[in-house]
Amino acid sequence: MDKMPHWADVVLIPLISLILAAILSALVILAIGEDPVAAVKMMVNGALGSTYGWGYTLYYATNFMFTGLAVSVAFHARMFNIGGEGQAMLGGLGVALVCLYIPWPHWTLALVFASLGAAVFGALWAAIPAWLQAKRGSHIVITTIMFNFIAAAVLNYVLVNLLRPARSMDPASAKFPDAVHLPTLHDLLAPFGIAFSKSAPANVTLLIALGACVLVWALIWRTRLGYEIRAYGHSETGALYAGISPTKIIMIAMLISGALAGMMAVNNVMGEAERLVLNATEGAGFIGIAVALMGRNHPFGVFLAAILFGFLYQGGAELALWTKIPRELIVVIQALVILFTGALDNMVRMPLEKLFLALRRRNA
Amino acid sequence: MTAPAIELKGISKSFGPVQANKDISISVAPGTIHGIIGENGAGKSTLMSILYGFYKADKGEVWINGKHTEIPDSQAAIAAGIGMVFQHFKLVENFTVLENIILGAEDGPWLRPSLSKAAKILDELATEYELNVNPDALIEEIGVGMQQRVEILKALYRQADILILDEPTGVLTPPEADQLFRILYRLRDEGKTIILITHKLREIMDATDTVSVMRRGEMTATVKTADTSPEELAELMVGRKVLLQVDKVPASPGAKVLEIENLRVTDDQGVERVKGIDLTVRAGEILGIAGVAGNGQSELLEVLGGMRPGVGVIRLNGEPLPLTGPGSDGQSRRAAHIAHVPEDRQREGLIMEFYAWENVAFGYHRDQAYQKSKLLMDNTALRQDADEKIERFDVRPANSWLTAKNFSGGNQQKIVVAREIERNPDLLLIGQPTRGVDIGAIEFIHKQIVALRDAGKAVLLVSVELEEILSLSDRIAVMFDGRIMGERLPDATTEKELGLLMAGVSGEAA
Repeated sequence: MDKMPHWADVVLIPLISLILAAILSALVILAIGEDPVAAVKMMVNGALGSTYGWGYTLYYATNFMFTGLAVSVAFHARMFNIGGEGQAMLGGLGVALVCLYIPWPHWTLALVFASLGAAVFGALWAAIPAWLQAKRGSHIVITTIMFNFIAAAVLNYVLVNLLRPARSMDPASAKFPDAVHLPTLHDLLAPFGIAFSKSAPANVTLLIALGACVLVWALIWRTRLGYEIRAYGHSETGALYAGISPTKIIMIAMLISGALAGMMAVNNVMGEAERLVLNATEGAGFIGIAVALMGRNHPFGVFLAAILFGFLYQGGAELALWTKIPRELIVVIQALVILFTGALDNMVRMPLEKLFLALRRRNA
Repeated sequence: MTAPAIELKGISKSFGPVQANKDISISVAPGTIHGIIGENGAGKSTLMSILYGFYKADKGEVWINGKHTEIPDSQAAIAAGIGMVFQHFKLVENFTVLENIILGAEDGPWLRPSLSKAAKILDELATEYELNVNPDALIEEIGVGMQQRVEILKALYRQADILILDEPTGVLTPPEADQLFRILYRLRDEGKTIILITHKLREIMDATDTVSVMRRGEMTATVKTADTSPEELAELMVGRKVLLQVDKVPASPGAKVLEIENLRVTDDQGVERVKGIDLTVRAGEILGIAGVAGNGQSELLEVLGGMRPGVGVIRLNGEPLPLTGPGSDGQSRRAAHIAHVPEDRQREGLIMEFYAWENVAFGYHRDQAYQKSKLLMDNTALRQDADEKIERFDVRPANSWLTAKNFSGGNQQKIVVAREIERNPDLLLIGQPTRGVDIGAIEFIHKQIVALRDAGKAVLLVSVELEEILSLSDRIAVMFDGRIMGERLPDATTEKELGLLMAGVSGEAA
């Protein structure tokens, strides 16, 4: 018998964790002599109070959806892919090459092939650690972390020595041609008569991210491959018994994971910066881990958690801009949310389980 | 009359909604061997864990030697003179016997005084109870029977007067088990009190003075062993009359289905576990492989089931099967009509986090019948199939939306057996079919195996339960140290002879 109803597991626990994180954050803000209520108001206003705020929140959320899904897919095969950051960087390189070196007649075509380029580059970057894990038993956590550093170094080299336009001082690629400019939410919503901020970066990639959520859900719970991935993730000896090849599952799960992480670059490189810059990922690969944790590795959970972290990012930026609350403290708040929703899961779960048992016993 | 060594008064313990112990009272006289028997999940282990301080009872009292005693942890249990020998030994493999004995009972930061003191005490214990072990041997180098002695010595070294043994014969050969019981008699005659937890009726009948039966968390009876019978105990355990003997007609073996020639298998550590064996299984017969766990039977099953590469020749219906590389995995074996009920259903046969309906297809999930399209699985077909199998095999609770871990051991095994037998395979590999399975389900599973044989299929049965091998098999092969020590017919052999073969004493010499 399960210890508590499913809805409590997926809704109540994250919600209570979040509230605890918020309370603790409020105390921290109070401790440095600022007003927590005003701070919350400013965060909500800044992130959700205008289409400009929403535009940024959704832009960040799009990044996190891709990296969160990437971590989730790998996790269903019990692979802890910490390399989302590096895979997203390489995805950026894929996007840049597609956008810079092929003359595209229209953004739609460019979008399809840029997504493909991002996915292929991200997947290839994940393929090496995956192969090392499957064939040599090198731990995927170690190798993917190391591949983040290698990715950063590779990108540094490529940007400075190969992609940097002549006479530019900036370690960045040339600006992409106008033809590959992706429509923003402003452009997309205008035909429907909905006014949306012109300067916010949220763009058509959001729709791809939502589509990816649905596809990942179908992959994991509706396909034979998903069945085998989950079986392997739960029990390696079980997979062996059933004749499921561990090598195949590790490789496929990591390739899909890397592809998803890589596709984040469509949003930030093609949709926002419109050129490839150093450190374009800004840690989104790591946030993906927290998003997947909080979303319980379920695409819908990832979707919600990505929006929450988008809100924290945008709201935090607003706080830093308009109050004396230092930037570092915003990071503290984000860290508290990660800590409570991810790492301290059991702290909330155990008392709640006891509560449900007590209730059930009284009703029985 | 002296006070009872142990008296439990009204012990109750719940884990969430499950009541593991309901108002249990029991009194054990000093200097006796007291058996506790019951099916898996009847609450035997919980009760002993309360006595040893692992769990705290919700209600009830523990009295030791006529004194009300609180046992909050195992330290307190040891102080009260209780020693426990666990089913899975808690020894440090690369320590010597002596080092293991003082582990946790060192007298100070320096080991040498403790070691020499222990060596002296060990010497006394050895003469007093005839418990001889080499104190300087490494645990990993001595046999299981010896390791168990070390566990007993550990308890005695801590001055235990009450010894609890949890399923002590599970890993022993019959001669080793006999030796253990001789030690237990000796300990009893020296005044120690022994509680023996087991699910084997014969051990209870042979070894104990009194026996308590548990069923579903309750103590259903406590009787003098001399006044009862195995049939009566079985009925008390299950709550209904049980057939202890398997009902079957003589086999009529047909063509050779499985032929094994000079098969060699190495384990993950590179140790050769199967050292060149030859076996044949015919259609319509059950070949039982007897042997103490760890003598290569598991590896044999794994090679046949496609879980591990091997060297040698295996033919199925005359066709050679690949033992390495492509075509040697579990999928290929299933395609060749080999079904496999693995030894460990929780780690291999089932995905514990999967729903019953997902598990019913496990291994056969690539079958056309379960696909909706090239990519998508037909979950409706899976659920329908599961509901039918659950009904035919009487799996309880009859709910395919429960995950495998929510079923009892017996019902988990029924799910696996249903999945494998209903494929109507040419060859059924079945390992430890009734390990951790309650008596009611054992009866059912045995019937299914015999029915498959009667339908003209070949069955290769591996079990460490000699009784099971004897009652099910049409032919018995005994494995020891990776070799077949001999083949016997169940009617023309005795447990004693098989026991000797299991211990590596060659049939010709015996």
